Amino acid sequence: MKVLKEKHPLVMRWTHWINFPVLTIMIWSGMLIYWANDVYTITIFGHTFVHFFPDWFYKLLRIPYRLSEGMAFHFLFMWFFTLNGFFYILYTILSGEWRELIPQRKSFKEAWLVLLHDLHIRKTTPPQNKYNAAQRIAYTAIIVMGLGSVITGLAIYKPVQFCWLTWICGGYHLARIMHFALTLGYVLFFVIHVVQVTLAGWNNFRSVISGFEVVNIPPPAIIEISSEGANTSSNQDGSIDNVIVDQSLVSRTKL
Amino acid sequence: MKMTMQKKEKKSLTVEQKIKRRNFISFATFFVVGGASFGGWKWLYNSANEAAGVTAGARKPLRRALNNTELFFRNFFSNTHLVQTYPKSMAAKKVRVNSKIGIGDEGFKPESWQLSVEKGGGEILKLSIEEIKRLPKTEIVYDFKCVEGWDQIQHWAGVKFVDFVFHFNMQQQAKMQYVGMETPNGEYYVGLDMESALHPQTILAYEMNDQPLASEHGAPLRLIIPVKYGIKNLKRIGKITFNNNRPRDYWAEQGYDYYSGL
Repeated sequence: MKVLKEKHPLVMRWTHWINFPVLTIMIWSGMLIYWANDVYTITIFGHTFVHFFPDWFYKLLRIPYRLSEGMAFHFLFMWFFTLNGFFYILYTILSGEWRELIPQRKSFKEAWLVLLHDLHIRKTTPPQNKYNAAQRIAYTAIIVMGLGSVITGLAIYKPVQFCWLTWICGGYHLARIMHFALTLGYVLFFVIHVVQVTLAGWNNFRSVISGFEVVNIPPPAIIEISSEGANTSSNQDGSIDNVIVDQSLVSRTKL
Repeated sequence: MKMTMQKKEKKSLTVEQKIKRRNFISFATFFVVGGASFGGWKWLYNSANEAAGVTAGARKPLRRALNNTELFFRNFFSNTHLVQTYPKSMAAKKVRVNSKIGIGDEGFKPESWQLSVEKGGGEILKLSIEEIKRLPKTEIVYDFKCVEGWDQIQHWAGVKFVDFVFHFNMQQQAKMQYVGMETPNGEYYVGLDMESALHPQTILAYEMNDQPLASEHGAPLRLIIPVKYGIKNLKRIGKITFNNNRPRDYWAEQGYDYYSGL
């Protein structure tokens, strides 16, 4: 029997999809700013492996000589980025959703199993609730990173008025480096995220837009009877329906 | 009765119908809101620049956002929030020269330079560098920050702007909202909110690394205002004005934030 299983709450879906374009604009406008003093490289023993960023990259994205424009966009969209993140965190705490999100003690061990499974090294499927162990770590990390971007951003934006923040970040230079590194982290996250979502398939992807997943459960008689009863009573009090089975019921059925 | 009939119809929806219905609603919302957001972005990106005035060169909505963001962050400004200072030994020996806008005149003679302070009502105070140097000297070694993203620890000395203002009896002028400063040739000019100008670390500097200012650093007198980005640190001050409206500002006319405070 096919049933709809609720997965992502409405607030989570909205904040996710608001964040995507807002973060994209923040990264783009951030590059317009960074270009004016593009000093970061990966240099080991005097050999520069990567320069952030090469000229062809700047040219391709039409980045050069747009510092003032970049700042104007960055300091508008920072509000949306911060407020959206704030609502998400607030909701996650108040709703109790954090229980599905925060890594547990076993998550760090299990995350290995997820990795080995995803790389087709291990056959057995690791435990999967709403999120598996690797997802818990990744999705919690990305929220912490977001908070890090706000803090390091403020530390370089107002290093005098919020000098204590700059101090916490280890100074102006380190704050700017971390602000930049976090951005590289988002890009890396994005690539892995898109690959994983693609591999996970339509049912999983749809749940971030429509909120539910379709699951197949065997129809045991006892559930049928109890849902019949619920149907009759809901008819009388006029409430809507119970075809959408709540999660606890589904997991009981699995047993 | 009709109500209950509808209810019953709804009840009898199959799971497939439920899926279709919810998919339709959520995906329709997704694409409509997504499309509208994209339209909003297009509108913002293609919006016309502000009418050129004291500020210019920024998209109209973005300038409005910059000004509102300024108002929000000015709530956190305090004269007790001091810029971190360093020992003299950490100050750069080779101080970066990023621009010579406004100080490129061939025939400029520092000896014949005078500072004009427009006190309002046509009253102009003319001061020589000696008269300014007679005031108490303040030194500062701090991290100079450029809007481009680089910074450098530099050592400057001069008279605190707040000391200067009170010494020459400009208490009334100090109650105004803004200070304007310009180079003698008028090619570079900045506007400063009064609270930043009167900040205890804002100085009219005539020395760098214990030496009189070199020409490229703004001899004979320049502004050092550590609570602002470098773009506000005017070299070679020729004229100081007081105003309740924003004085013109070179980089604010090029799309930069007028406040540019740190």
